Amino acid sequence: MFPPVQDLYRIAPEIVLCLFGMLVMLIDPFVPAGRQRSMGWLAFAGTLGAFASLRWMFVNPGSAYSGLLRADTFSLFVHGIVIAVAALAILGSFDYLDHEGIQRGEYYALILFATAGMGILAGANELVTAFVGLEISSISTYILAGFRRNALKSNEASLKYFLLGSFATAFFLYGTALTYGATRSTRFEVIDQAIAANGSGALLIIGLGLIFVGLGFKVVAAPFQIYTPDVYEGAPTPVTAVLACGPKAAAFAVMVRVFYGAFGHASHIWFWAIWVSAVLTMCIGNFAAIVQSNVKRLLAYSSIAHAGYILVAFAAASEIGVAAVLFYLAAYAAMTLGAFLILAYVGGTEERRLDIADYAGLGTRQPWVAACFSLFLFSLLGLPATAGFLGKFYSFSAAIDQRLVWLVVIASINSVIGSYYYLKVVVAMYFWEPNKEWTPSPMHAPMFIALLLTALGTIYLGILPDRVMQWAITSAQSLH
Amino acid sequence: MQNQSYLLTVLTFFPLLGTFALLLLRGDDHVWIRRLTLITSVIEFILSLLLLRGFDIGNGGYQLEEVHHWIPNLHIHYHMGIDGISLFLVLLTTFLTPLAVLCSWNSIQDHVKEFFAMLLVLEMGMVGVFCALDLFLFFLFWEVMLIPMYFLIGIWGHGRKIYAALKFILYTMFGSILMLVAILWLYRVSGTFDLPAIQGMLSSGLSLPWGTQLLMFLAFMLAFAIKVPLFPLHTWLPDAHTEAPTAGSVILAGVLLKMGTYGMLRFCLPLFPEAAHRAAPIVAVLAIIGIVYGALVAMVQVDLKRLVAYTSVSHLGFVVLGIFVFNPTAMEGAIYQMLNHGVSTGALFLVCGMLYDRRHTYEIKEYGGLAKPMPILCAFFLFACLSSLALPMLNGFIGEFMILIGVFDSQHFAWASWAATGAILSAVYLLWAYQRIALERITVAKNETLPDASARERFILIAASVVILFMGIFSPMFTHRMDATTNALLEQMRTTASYQAQSWQTQVASRTSSTKPTTHEVAMRSVSLERQARP
Repeated sequence: MFPPVQDLYRIAPEIVLCLFGMLVMLIDPFVPAGRQRSMGWLAFAGTLGAFASLRWMFVNPGSAYSGLLRADTFSLFVHGIVIAVAALAILGSFDYLDHEGIQRGEYYALILFATAGMGILAGANELVTAFVGLEISSISTYILAGFRRNALKSNEASLKYFLLGSFATAFFLYGTALTYGATRSTRFEVIDQAIAANGSGALLIIGLGLIFVGLGFKVVAAPFQIYTPDVYEGAPTPVTAVLACGPKAAAFAVMVRVFYGAFGHASHIWFWAIWVSAVLTMCIGNFAAIVQSNVKRLLAYSSIAHAGYILVAFAAASEIGVAAVLFYLAAYAAMTLGAFLILAYVGGTEERRLDIADYAGLGTRQPWVAACFSLFLFSLLGLPATAGFLGKFYSFSAAIDQRLVWLVVIASINSVIGSYYYLKVVVAMYFWEPNKEWTPSPMHAPMFIALLLTALGTIYLGILPDRVMQWAITSAQSLH
Repeated sequence: MQNQSYLLTVLTFFPLLGTFALLLLRGDDHVWIRRLTLITSVIEFILSLLLLRGFDIGNGGYQLEEVHHWIPNLHIHYHMGIDGISLFLVLLTTFLTPLAVLCSWNSIQDHVKEFFAMLLVLEMGMVGVFCALDLFLFFLFWEVMLIPMYFLIGIWGHGRKIYAALKFILYTMFGSILMLVAILWLYRVSGTFDLPAIQGMLSSGLSLPWGTQLLMFLAFMLAFAIKVPLFPLHTWLPDAHTEAPTAGSVILAGVLLKMGTYGMLRFCLPLFPEAAHRAAPIVAVLAIIGIVYGALVAMVQVDLKRLVAYTSVSHLGFVVLGIFVFNPTAMEGAIYQMLNHGVSTGALFLVCGMLYDRRHTYEIKEYGGLAKPMPILCAFFLFACLSSLALPMLNGFIGEFMILIGVFDSQHFAWASWAATGAILSAVYLLWAYQRIALERITVAKNETLPDASARERFILIAASVVILFMGIFSPMFTHRMDATTNALLEQMRTTASYQAQSWQTQVASRTSSTKPTTHEVAMRSVSLERQARP
């Protein structure tokens, strides 16, 4: 008994990604040394193919494999984000891997596998499938985090991420088991019906709590954010770019499905947990970022803070809230990816230039790079006419719509606190005198294209956000 | 809308076009960078004069409106328009920018291209703030404008420039973020960001509970009070003004501060009249404290630029006082005083900048007896001082006089008398400063050989002085155009206040609280907006 062919269409992106990943692994041993870069291009072609295969998913909406996965607009939207992130990160990795001397095919294959895992997460309609997706993406990223195998920090990051990540996924699994015990199913709609019929007992609440621990770890929601700065700092910068954008988007997607879909009738229980977590996440991220002097670490904390802003929209628990989460994820991916790619470029060999002081005078020495970085920073800060502002605006608006005024007030004060440390980097780039010897590394076409696309995306989402917003709304509606 | 004109859009984005043109020039081609910026800003000024032609004097509503859909999912429109309040503020902006360009002609030597590009982007933001009639659009320009100013202070400023730049931007952002929350709340209850639509709803059809209205008023007011700056929130101003380059100070004092008072007139009063009325005594007292305190602190400054900066605190206090007595004469006076302050304080900062170009210091005791080596510059300096201290026949007098008359008319004798002391004190600190700088004996040998005003400087000073004199003599030409708007604004406040009061009473009576407009009203409103928007 084969599943109907439509089911294959509905997981077409994952199939394409995995095929290309395996292809890269197979060809890699036969590629002569020094030509490994071609594997990167192959992987890039894989992401483009995955992008194109979204079309199949689009024309064949519905659930696949007897309800394990769902191919809806929501899934498409998140697929779009994670695949784009992978594609741009691959473009940004070429030079980095070259000067680190780790230009290997498996790096690209792992990115493709991780992306496939995130794709499954985005479409998961059932807790065990979500777990499978979580594991596929996590295990690939554990290895990627330690890819600079000679760097101590990278090893530390990998180990830390692996140990804590395993715990988190274990929690998720426990939660799944308890939920199954309470409702006799892992399917979201069945859980939903069970809760609607029987209410939520202690078992379910504990189960939900454990699931939240597992997913909270992936979206870096406080108090499960502890690992973030170390892992993000230690991982190779292009990998950090993926870590900050991809898994977060996929985990938020599954969180939306679990909390809104499966546990929608228990929203009065999880609402306060999200509320408190949002406030903690924003405050911890922003206050800790203020004292950082390492830009990579600073951006790691900033990514925690941004998870908090997304949680604000999440707490709204409405259709607009979901749309706002999705829009924010897209905006966040564009600007964060851009910012980390700049770090990968400026950081240089062995990531030596990551201190704020290293950025002194960048505005004079490399005006375009500095302008680009400022754009991303201003977007992260939430300055109007950039993606970040629209994301915040939409998310706050969704929260206000549900009368969460105080949450929004806290969030907005946090965003002002946040502006301080982003501006600190801008200050260094433009207001400080260059104080060190500086030889700008050459910027090659792939990195240039990646930066150009992220910058254009940041501006586009900031000035003409309506089309993407409309997709986000359609996606939110497609959940039902 | 019968005939939409694109004048406001052109006016707003023309400087941006200039910026792009600048970016095409080579970075070391300083001559053409300066010329191109000057040409852009002069054309912008000439374009803005067209506003006077298109402006209908008798009409108190918004004119030259443009409405387009922008982000339909959030009901955000690209809605521009001006009225009697913003008309002259736009003109003030476009008038001061060429002067700012001219005054930076030689004093800016590094990163010339970036400097002038920033100046033009700043002009775009300022014109946009005054023309935007959609709350989202307004907020966008309001925030975007901070960035060029931040760079102007931080890169081309003096002394503790980084500290000043950060202080400036963080203060303003903190104020405006709560305004954003209020804007979103307003959107929640009204379903639109369109200012005229919200105004219409508040005067019939949409009732805001008293507590909500008060909180929103405070959120808006905080943003504007920081910008003005009102008394306890003024501490960013002396730093920012003093450390900024001359062009930055001119724009900062001339236009940016006006955005605060403009915001009060545009948003706080018509949207939340009851809250404004009840807060008026507190605001007025703070304004008066600002007048007297600013004047006293200005008096003891040893740094000329800091002195001029504190005069802004004092003068803007007058403006806020004029706004918050809700009297047509005082309000017109306040609007007029906004323009006056822009021109005369702008002129004072220009003179400061010229002195700085020669001696690289703002210390008053470094100068003295300058009237001998440079009589022309000092004559203009005196003229600007006299304008600022409100000598009759010059512009400042008209504004302050109208404000004081209006305050007296509203039976606030104590306020008026305290405010009047500010007028006296301004004579003290300005003339005393003039005396120490221009008169007395030359104490520093270097000063004996300082060159007098160059042709370029003379042109700048003449342009400012002509406007000062013109505004002093032909004030009706200006106030005449404000009449309709001021009356319409006060009328709007009355109808809104009475409608809201009525709705509170019925709410108390029936114990029902429905803050959402009915679906019918939302439909009606969107129909009317649809009609305005072009397909």
